[in-house]
Amino acid sequence: MRRSIGSARFSPYLFVLPFIVTFLVFYLYPLVSTVIMSFQEIVPGQTHWIGTLNYERLLNPFMYTAIWNSFRYTVFTILILIPIPVLLAVMLNRPGNPANVVFRGAMFLPTLVSVVVAGTIIRLLFAGSPAAIVNTILHPLGIKPTDWLLGGSASAMTLLVGMAMWRWTGVNIVYFMSGLQSIPRDLYEAADIDGASAWYKLFRVTVPLLKPTIIFVTTISVFGGFAMFEESYILWAGQSGGGSPNNVGLTMVGYIYLKGFQGGALGLGSAIGMILLAIVLGVSFLVLNLFGFFKRDEA
Amino acid sequence: MRRFLVLLLIVTVAGFSAFAQNQPTKLTLWTFQELHLAFYSAAVKAWNTQNPGKQIDLDGQVFPYADMHNKLLVAVQSGVGAPDIADIEISKFPNFLQGNIGLVPLNDVIDPFRDKFVQARLAIYAKDGKNYGLPFHVGASVMYYNMDIMKAAGVNIDKIESWDDYVKAGQQVVAKTGKPMVTVETTDQWSYWPLIAEQKSDFFDPKGKVWLDNPTNVKTLQFLQDLVYKYKIAVTAPGGFHHSEQYYGAMNSGSFGSIWMPMWYMGRFTDYMPDLAGKIAIRPMPRWTKGGFRSAGMGGTGTAVLTQSQHIDLAKKFLFFAKGSKQGNIMIWQVLGFDPPRWDVWADPAMSAPNKFTEYFQNGDGAFKMLLAVKDEIYPVTLTAQTPDLTDMVRNNIMVQVIQDRSKTPEQALKEAADQLRK
Repeated sequence: MRRSIGSARFSPYLFVLPFIVTFLVFYLYPLVSTVIMSFQEIVPGQTHWIGTLNYERLLNPFMYTAIWNSFRYTVFTILILIPIPVLLAVMLNRPGNPANVVFRGAMFLPTLVSVVVAGTIIRLLFAGSPAAIVNTILHPLGIKPTDWLLGGSASAMTLLVGMAMWRWTGVNIVYFMSGLQSIPRDLYEAADIDGASAWYKLFRVTVPLLKPTIIFVTTISVFGGFAMFEESYILWAGQSGGGSPNNVGLTMVGYIYLKGFQGGALGLGSAIGMILLAIVLGVSFLVLNLFGFFKRDEA
Repeated sequence: MRRFLVLLLIVTVAGFSAFAQNQPTKLTLWTFQELHLAFYSAAVKAWNTQNPGKQIDLDGQVFPYADMHNKLLVAVQSGVGAPDIADIEISKFPNFLQGNIGLVPLNDVIDPFRDKFVQARLAIYAKDGKNYGLPFHVGASVMYYNMDIMKAAGVNIDKIESWDDYVKAGQQVVAKTGKPMVTVETTDQWSYWPLIAEQKSDFFDPKGKVWLDNPTNVKTLQFLQDLVYKYKIAVTAPGGFHHSEQYYGAMNSGSFGSIWMPMWYMGRFTDYMPDLAGKIAIRPMPRWTKGGFRSAGMGGTGTAVLTQSQHIDLAKKFLFFAKGSKQGNIMIWQVLGFDPPRWDVWADPAMSAPNKFTEYFQNGDGAFKMLLAVKDEIYPVTLTAQTPDLTDMVRNNIMVQVIQDRSKTPEQALKEAADQLRK
């Protein structure tokens, strides 16, 4: 009897095929390719094996600055973009206030705005001249007109983290709100009966039960933080060197772009990518361990 | 019926192809400077008038500086998506001379007129004897003075011979008018490079080795820092560089006494600083020593034809017409205000005829005579495969560290960058 392709024997493989193909073409092939490219020097039409030379070239101040900037950005965004959205989610989840729907929508809107558009407008808002909008607003508050973008490392990091806050608070609120839905109501009623205060309920009931959501959001924030590129690129896009002055806004992916595409050194870019992979793997592992993700649940 | 349809098809196709042959050929051109596009449009008009059988429909696209070069590099590396012709700035040009070069050698169109060019300007866009880019200009650096401020301070600019004279004049300007004499770029290289070239120094030595941290360069960078903090006659350029909107706005409202930039900056004055019309005088830059050079050949755009083009022959011929012919070189001056790279054009009467530049600048009609006076005081610059990395470091790091933040001394900043490049 001929087995047709729709038969029970073949159809599982057929259904899994799209995923397998996508995985092989868009994940496995580029990954293997990047590992190989990181040991090569690539110019148009020619590739040469150069061993670990790319990695040795990465022991330079630009790389250290990029790692440090990415690291600080990730830490700051996690510190700000987890506690504040949790609080806001709890507040917005309280039933009975019709305005909540409006606030939820309003806070989510920035996520929908294209990063390029947002970055361009923020670059214009925070321009250095005293006539720029932010400087004009801050003037009556007694703050001198500052050149935000060219003003050094602290000012650059403030801008970047500020932009991240504006953009991602809404998404994190949505995540935490969906996590809150899964907390049974009767736990709160039991706490009320025992005379618990609002803070007590927050820290002893809500947060522990939100733990899976918090772990999830932290992990994606680690990825997102280290992979940040567009905000940094757009904010300093007008500079003639194609980057931020003194590399204050340089992130690891930004360094990949600078070396790999602007400089045409694809091999060096691949090496940076490998180091980024190692760092993100390491940090994620640490964070998950910290949360006890790998411990067996006590039965 | 069948035969009729076949006949109809043949006639349609033949008619269409005959029609298509008489259509202008579409050429795409990428550039990073909109003023260049105005020039190319004028050149295309002239070409179409003179070549009715080979009409060109030019699709010129202007991108921001860094973006255009990134896009072009990726297109060359991947083999897809490149335009027919592209402007490539001098400090990015070496990126395109690596590996299998994606640019078309232009030797056959240049050779009949080769000796009429300033050779140094052809050499910077060449590799192994093949010319890949045609230059726009000699790029002679000059000093632009705001005469309103000079008069108010009682400074006679023709008495400024040396940099010491310039500093003294600057202090007089600050004392009498309260305005800075000049601005120093912190995110670009035009304040620094011409000064070291005047002293026959450079970023790379003539053999191509990193020379960034030699004593002359350190001394000159210290001089720039002193202009701002010790002699107090300079401030950092608003927006960081002389092509920022903030700078144009500030200079246009008469905030600064002078600026040293190459001749090609004239177009920025006429197009972006209209309120200064009739107030700016052009003079040679000061010299460091008696008999020292008063100028440097700065900047440059090597326009190239890409090997991916479908119309290489036509693109080459048009490119040479626009930038290599006598007529093209005269247009380079009339439309763009650049000092053209063909020296046999400099004595042409068309060069002193009135145009928008001679009207704008106080000694506009004499600008070319002044140029002829300094043409032998231009030391050629050396480009290597590391030039793009090095100029990125000057623009992104060194100038900011030394002039703006003062977080490093000139010696530290230059040595660190040089060591990184030597690895």
